[in-house]
Amino acid sequence: MRIDAFHLTAVAIALLGAAITIFDLLPINKFYFFAGYVVLQYVVLATAWNIMGGYMGYVNFGTAGFFAVGAYTSVVLYNLMQAPLLLMIPVAGVVCGLLGLGMGYLTLRLRGVFFAIATLAMAIVLETLVVNWDYVGGATGAYILRAREIAPFGDYVEFLFFVMLLLAIFAVTVARWIGRSKTGRGFAAIRDDEVAAECAGVPTLRLKLIATTVSGFLMGVAGAPFVLYVGFVEPSSAFNLVYAVNSIAMPMIGGATTWVGPLIGALLLGSVQQIATVTISSELNLLIVGVLLVFFVIAAPEGIVGLVRKWRGGGR
Amino acid sequence: MTGDRLLEVRSVTKRFGGFVALDEVSLDVAAGERFGLIGPNGSGKTTLINCISGTLANDGGEIVFKGTVLDGRKPHDRTRLGISRSFQIPKPFRSMTVLENLGIALEYASGAGPREVEDRGMTILETIGLADRATENSGKLTQIDMRKLELARAMATEPELLISDEAMAGLSSTEVDDILEILFRMNERGITIIMIEHIMRAVMRFSERIVVLDAGRRIAEGKPDEIVHDPEVERAYLGE
Repeated sequence: MRIDAFHLTAVAIALLGAAITIFDLLPINKFYFFAGYVVLQYVVLATAWNIMGGYMGYVNFGTAGFFAVGAYTSVVLYNLMQAPLLLMIPVAGVVCGLLGLGMGYLTLRLRGVFFAIATLAMAIVLETLVVNWDYVGGATGAYILRAREIAPFGDYVEFLFFVMLLLAIFAVTVARWIGRSKTGRGFAAIRDDEVAAECAGVPTLRLKLIATTVSGFLMGVAGAPFVLYVGFVEPSSAFNLVYAVNSIAMPMIGGATTWVGPLIGALLLGSVQQIATVTISSELNLLIVGVLLVFFVIAAPEGIVGLVRKWRGGGR
Repeated sequence: MTGDRLLEVRSVTKRFGGFVALDEVSLDVAAGERFGLIGPNGSGKTTLINCISGTLANDGGEIVFKGTVLDGRKPHDRTRLGISRSFQIPKPFRSMTVLENLGIALEYASGAGPREVEDRGMTILETIGLADRATENSGKLTQIDMRKLELARAMATEPELLISDEAMAGLSSTEVDDILEILFRMNERGITIIMIEHIMRAVMRFSERIVVLDAGRRIAEGKPDEIVHDPEVERAYLGE
């Protein structure tokens, strides 16, 4: 992998994020970190979804399932050994990566809408399991008491914001790298025509399993800090369908075939949702998503990235 | 290797529920041969090549390529072994340019590095006559160019055996000659070709040997001029 402007930008953003959260450079309300965390979390989720849904054309309705399993992995680790966040994240990633691998193995024979239904069903099955599992609180939910402050960040929310910023950078870097690799070109071939891809020598099953595993890993990673962020987790919030809907809508609005699309979509839609929550009402979120999605599906099926390309005049 | 036999189909049977699409079909194809496979609609031609390329699994019999039994191997594996096919209804990778289409086959089947793709891809496109379309979006090609792309992508897998599934259906007569020319050129380079075609003029001119399928059974085999006069074949095509 060659170091280019993208990687330098990523490092610069990470350093800037560190500076802002550690030295409180910006005289802003703590709420911005609280809201920014959610936006960045969606960058990870939308990017993760896009590896399967956008690159490969397999629509996953089970984002909430992966996200919640990530969150509940943290609960288990906390209950077992009061594990620190930096352990929760990789473990949640691995658990959800394996979940993705298993789901892929069981469901990838299904195509199109049947695959989508199977992923939705998986999320529901997982939720039912968690509801009936007392160790993680069952239907009542589980508390995790987080520290109020953590050195050197000061406020814990600022620390979580910084962690999520790093995860977002990591997810986007992985997605960009895959998109430009031989594997990514294989994903695109599968999306365009799976039988033709197989006959052109593409090992479609193996690539699909790679996609579900990587995508699952990233979704789990996004869910791991959730419990510390809210302090209390219960099945209906962790398995909320909003995660699935948003992580589909964001890449669609941004443009699903590149790594840039979900990033733009998540930043845009995530921010609009946060602003709407504060200024209008928290119930309005999904309405905004719905309206924007309808608009984009009709007016710009290739999302903002597609619009920009068209506006620049042709190209690919 | 068993003599100069490249492909052996031994009593291959394929059923779809109660319907027998292929009934113990056997045939051999020699290395370097131009082989024609004909038969009325629904006679099992496409089913047979689906079994050879691995997109369908045969229920009985076995298929042997270069002495290797293919049963149980995935299509991509067979492609790497040297079997390539084009599709009756073109299946381009629509989000990609013509050259990128070939790139998939070059990278995955022929083991080309990303840097070699352009050179090797352009060489193939020149042979096929698609070089000036290299950077065009493959979904926007004309029918004839899509057929050529099918063949070019099949070429890019560096096949020893190419199965051309009705590459000429729906083309004008000069376009048919165009495709025939390409297939002849591929054969001169040592690629064995199985041609499945309804355009008799083309199959008869192209093939050294022809096998006729009817209702999933093999009813005749021989040189083109023998086949034309075979009473069984006449009956299959024209009825009693």
